[in-house]
Amino acid sequence: MNIMFWIIAVITLGSALLMVLNKNIFHSALFMVVTFLGVAAIYMMLQADFLAAVQILVYGGAITIFIIFGIMLTVRGNMKQTNLFSKNAALAGLVSLALIVINAIMVLMTDWPVSENAPPVETVGHIAELMLTKFIVPFEVVAVLLLVALLGAIIIAKEVKKTS
Amino acid sequence: MQISNTIATGLKDWLMGMGFSATTTEMIATAVWTLAVILFILLNLIVLVWLERKFSAFFQQRRGPNRLGPAGFLQFPVDIVKVLGKEDIIPAAADKPVFRIASITLFITAILAWAVIPLGEGMILEDLNIGIFYFIAIGSTATISLLMGGFASNNKYSLLGGMRTVAQMISYEIPMVFSLLGVIMMVGSLRLSDIVKAQEHMWFIIPQGIAFIIYFIATVAETNRGPFDLAEGEQELVAGYFTEYSGIRYAIWMIAEYGNLVAVSTIASIMFLGGWNAPFGLTFIPPFLWLLIKIYFMIFLFMWVKWTYPRIRIDHLMHFGWKFLIPVSLANILVTGVGIYIYRMITG
Repeated sequence: MNIMFWIIAVITLGSALLMVLNKNIFHSALFMVVTFLGVAAIYMMLQADFLAAVQILVYGGAITIFIIFGIMLTVRGNMKQTNLFSKNAALAGLVSLALIVINAIMVLMTDWPVSENAPPVETVGHIAELMLTKFIVPFEVVAVLLLVALLGAIIIAKEVKKTS
Repeated sequence: MQISNTIATGLKDWLMGMGFSATTTEMIATAVWTLAVILFILLNLIVLVWLERKFSAFFQQRRGPNRLGPAGFLQFPVDIVKVLGKEDIIPAAADKPVFRIASITLFITAILAWAVIPLGEGMILEDLNIGIFYFIAIGSTATISLLMGGFASNNKYSLLGGMRTVAQMISYEIPMVFSLLGVIMMVGSLRLSDIVKAQEHMWFIIPQGIAFIIYFIATVAETNRGPFDLAEGEQELVAGYFTEYSGIRYAIWMIAEYGNLVAVSTIASIMFLGGWNAPFGLTFIPPFLWLLIKIYFMIFLFMWVKWTYPRIRIDHLMHFGWKFLIPVSLANILVTGVGIYIYRMITG
């Protein structure tokens, strides 16, 4: 199990790094797929099978949309220069370092409780029950939010014409 | 059905006897099962290509292949030799690494989907409790491979084909998932073996007939087959996303597409046609054969539709998906939900 975790971790983080460093936006998006699948694999190792499938469906499936936007929004003859780099390397390095340090401190300082219970065999039923009872309000709010975003996208794309 | 179980346990016992650890045994058994699945897909391919040629000829009042072997059955093996002998041409301007892996990733997604598909009672690699959801999730990643092939060819026809595939597959995935939801609501489980067990007395095509029709239409679009094969529409786009592919890489695209066709037909048989349950008490035919008959019935429907209807236009396709199939499938979920409650109130 431990070896598998390290293999998955190296693949996930490696492809995330390659995604950032790649100059071709199409390749970057493809490396992002690998990263998301790696995260799904980690969910699977944590026995959260439903979450892993959602990760593959939502993130893995939506990547194609990213790729299409990448192609459509970067009108350049050569794909090798579509993912441009900022010149403020020093500033970026400083911000990243600060982020890593803060994250590391928070991870190390948190007391991670380990549950004695065996992981549940069936996860879907519990998630569904919680979503439709205890967390019904946030669940519905998220649904409305997504609907609003969808309508907003259509209105921006179609440009509403004034009818007197 | 017991045969495969016996073989699987026999293999495991034998490997354990050889002194392998439990993990190694499990890994070897999984590898053997994966090989068996690939073999199953390839065997189906041989039959399917022949059937497709014969059916298309039948629907167009031609004879089809009739020179090599009985009824032209040996035409395809000869084609395999031809494909293997062809030069593997990669266009100079292509995005080479992506071009190389695109067909292989589609093949991998086609095989991964088979991990949860049972071919009989217990004839399954992993009977996951999220089975059908896993199938949908893996199926959604196939779009990436098609777009990869279309984009990496660096050719406007291929790119247009890839873009059309994305628009079509993402749109039709929604009604496909919604149509399956009706069945899942009635069973109360995502596990495929539970779904088959629930159909012992009545197939779900009877209470979920509309869902079956929606699923059928949506999967025709998902597998990029006619009349929804706009992604490869040869009158407009040469061959769409695999225009530039030749030789063995082209063959891998074809294998993956037929693998997907068999997979969606199997899911349709399991979800709506009772899986391996025998109808009318005709139990003298073994369950595996029953499932195979149903799968081939579904494949026949797919081919019938493909060679009968003309290709429809891309904007009509989108309108049909978003303005008709999605509302109808949502209404189906609502009616199913209300129906389940009324049924529970009556039976107590």
